Amino acid sequence: MPSLLEALLTVGHPVNLMLVALGVGAGIVVGALPGLTATMAIALLVPFTFGMNVVHALVLLGGIYCGAIYGGSYAAILINTPGTPAAIATTFDGFALAKKGHAYRAIVVATIASAIGGLVGVAFLLFLAPPLARASLQFGPPEFFWLTVFGLTIIATISPRSTVKGLIGGALGLLIGTIGIAPVDGRVRYAFRTIALQNGITLIPALIGLFCLPEILDMIASRFHRETAIPYRPQRHMLRRVWRLVARKPWLLLRSSVIGTVIGIIPGAGANIAGMVSYNEAVRVSRKPHEFGEGSLEGITASEAANNAGVGGSLVPLLTLGIPGAPPAAVLLGALLLKGMRPGAELFTVHASVTYTFMFSLVVANIVLLPLGILLGKGASKVVTGLPTTVLAPLVFFLSVIGAFAIQNNVGDVYVMLAMGLVGFLGRRVGFQPGPIVLGLILGAMCEQGLVQSMLMGRAAGTPVAIFFTRPISIVLIALTVLSALWPVLARVRQRHTRDEAAAHIHPIVEEKRDD
Amino acid sequence: MGSYSRFRRAGRLACAMLVVVGMLVGAGALFARGAGEDAEYPSRAVTYVIPFDAGGQSDITAQYQREGLERALGVDVVIRHQAGGGGALAWSALARGSTDGYTISGNNIPHIIIQPLVRENAGYETEDLRPVYLFQTTPIGLAVAANSPFDTLDELIEHARANPGQITVSGSGTHTGHHLAIMQLQYLSGTQFTYIPATGAAPSVANFLGGHTQAILGNSDDLVQHRDAMKILAIGTTERFHALPDVPTFIELGYDFTAGIDRGVTVARDTPEEVVRRLEAAFDAVSRDPDFIARMEALGFEQHQIGADEFAAHIERKTREITTVLRELGEL
Repeated sequence: MPSLLEALLTVGHPVNLMLVALGVGAGIVVGALPGLTATMAIALLVPFTFGMNVVHALVLLGGIYCGAIYGGSYAAILINTPGTPAAIATTFDGFALAKKGHAYRAIVVATIASAIGGLVGVAFLLFLAPPLARASLQFGPPEFFWLTVFGLTIIATISPRSTVKGLIGGALGLLIGTIGIAPVDGRVRYAFRTIALQNGITLIPALIGLFCLPEILDMIASRFHRETAIPYRPQRHMLRRVWRLVARKPWLLLRSSVIGTVIGIIPGAGANIAGMVSYNEAVRVSRKPHEFGEGSLEGITASEAANNAGVGGSLVPLLTLGIPGAPPAAVLLGALLLKGMRPGAELFTVHASVTYTFMFSLVVANIVLLPLGILLGKGASKVVTGLPTTVLAPLVFFLSVIGAFAIQNNVGDVYVMLAMGLVGFLGRRVGFQPGPIVLGLILGAMCEQGLVQSMLMGRAAGTPVAIFFTRPISIVLIALTVLSALWPVLARVRQRHTRDEAAAHIHPIVEEKRDD
Repeated sequence: MGSYSRFRRAGRLACAMLVVVGMLVGAGALFARGAGEDAEYPSRAVTYVIPFDAGGQSDITAQYQREGLERALGVDVVIRHQAGGGGALAWSALARGSTDGYTISGNNIPHIIIQPLVRENAGYETEDLRPVYLFQTTPIGLAVAANSPFDTLDELIEHARANPGQITVSGSGTHTGHHLAIMQLQYLSGTQFTYIPATGAAPSVANFLGGHTQAILGNSDDLVQHRDAMKILAIGTTERFHALPDVPTFIELGYDFTAGIDRGVTVARDTPEEVVRRLEAAFDAVSRDPDFIARMEALGFEQHQIGADEFAAHIERKTREITTVLRELGEL
């Protein structure tokens, strides 16, 4: 394997190492800003890589991709707004920790989980890309439909206080998702003859509106006079301490990383739901499910390990088949084509040394992410927690407007963001969380598409109903769905058995507080 | 005490918010003023709007054109993506936007023809967009899996005629080039297929390669890339396609239609004639560059050098053709 050796030497070149670090750093900053996504970061940079040689360009773009997906956790933890859609599940526990003054601890957990998840994803890419890509093709419309149905059961997990309100929120999200051009028959729905709504409600502005605006308004409306919006309690030896906590959960890390990789590989599913599915499983398996949503380190680990593992996963079908697993991978495809590199077998023969250099650079990126992330994370948590509300609230508002506009250069999206902000704010007063609404919005279009495509396929084959229930992957997904939907009931039974045992367990945060 | 400090805090907040709004308004005013003075076109940067996402075929082509355009126009060319509504968002903005020629937009056929026809309010009419230059076509071809029992288009059509709706065909989107191609084939052959639209070319290819559909209407570049996994039965060009010389055209096989996505550039309708001509000349210079042509053909595109007048005639012809098919098939 001379090309492998060559690739190893190339990636070790100082210029390449520097470009990876630069990419990761820039990616983190972009990812951390709500509204500026990994996709956008890569798209913005592609023209700048025109003059570069192909190795430099890919190494830089790969670094940005990893950095941006990870950077999304900063905003999730510090201001309760996923910096990229992949970080939605990170908000559930991350912000809860930040409110208790443990923002930095949450970021350290996210960093370690992201790095390990990222490495697992790249390992799959390096060793198993061709068979995995072939397997991913087995995932057709019926499987998509069942995956989204399974995804909807997550609502029960992420609305622990009231399942009914969670379901209403999810239904609202699904409804909002039907606005605009229908994914299959192309009819325009609920646009009221306006052009702005023809495009539907775009995810990013809705995300910013639902998560970020209520947070800003809450900051302002808070009755308690505080100098800063979010408290901050510095701690020493954070890295060592958090590492010990995370390392105690090798299965959680591994499981989340594998879930992230697999969902990343499935074209069209992407990192957006990888984090949530992994979070759901973490809650289900955990012996302390009641801690999730209150600042559980396991929750952050599950979400962040999965979404960064999805980076490697999304590149599997991209490099082997030319089919991107996620939107940022789609932009990378454009960059590859611009450099004259056609995905497929050619990439592993003619361009093998470049391809392997790119993969190795992702390994480096995930290692570099650890010190860089902790450094930047410490800075970010200090700055954000140090800002008084009078500065933080307008600043975040300003960024929200910019972010909503920038995603499609469309003023209409700013109004969508503001409207969704109002929905989120009022909803929160009566106990509706943004998570289920966003989940409904993300899954709605995918679900409808899978359903209608399957029905068309079934009708053509003369098996309109059987097609949903006879395919092996579908059956597995149906079983998972049933299990997931019945879980709250099963958990209650199990909890009754182990209540005394659970009471003996001490909350890790509480435990740590002694060192404050 | 508490209420006083709260009051003061609210005041400070209001000030901060005002500053933000002020900054936004100021920035807007600056942009607006910039549009006024004008010596000779072009005197400042031209914005080239791509109505689709970054990384797509329109984007890749524009990225390649940019340098040559800057050389020909003597000013910066800024590429901006404004995806949404299958392109309709960008085109409706262009139709209602300024006519100074500093905002130009990619222009795709059949999109700009079908959308105003089938949507109650697409936000623009085909006539609102002034065609400037047509530089490229991605031909669309029909393929079946390598292990499919069908070896020719005739065999496939024969089967479809005997079993209406049994053959599933993957394609990208509804009311798109792929959808139109299947409608034209059905109309001209008197058969019926089941068209299964995906949200883009990539998921459509995935559906086909996974064996979830029996046939695919694919863009030429996808067909070239995956040709080992499929049998390409026909392609929608007028003459044989340079990258797939063994594949017959639909016309050769007796179905008189072409299928493809034409890419050009357009401006708002009332843009001054001399500005249109200036842009036409710039795009012509870029499109005749042998290096550019070679690179684009290698990616699986067909390159053209078609000026404003001929482009307008082409749109008119296509509009008549498409209207007929849609009406005959009851889509209108």
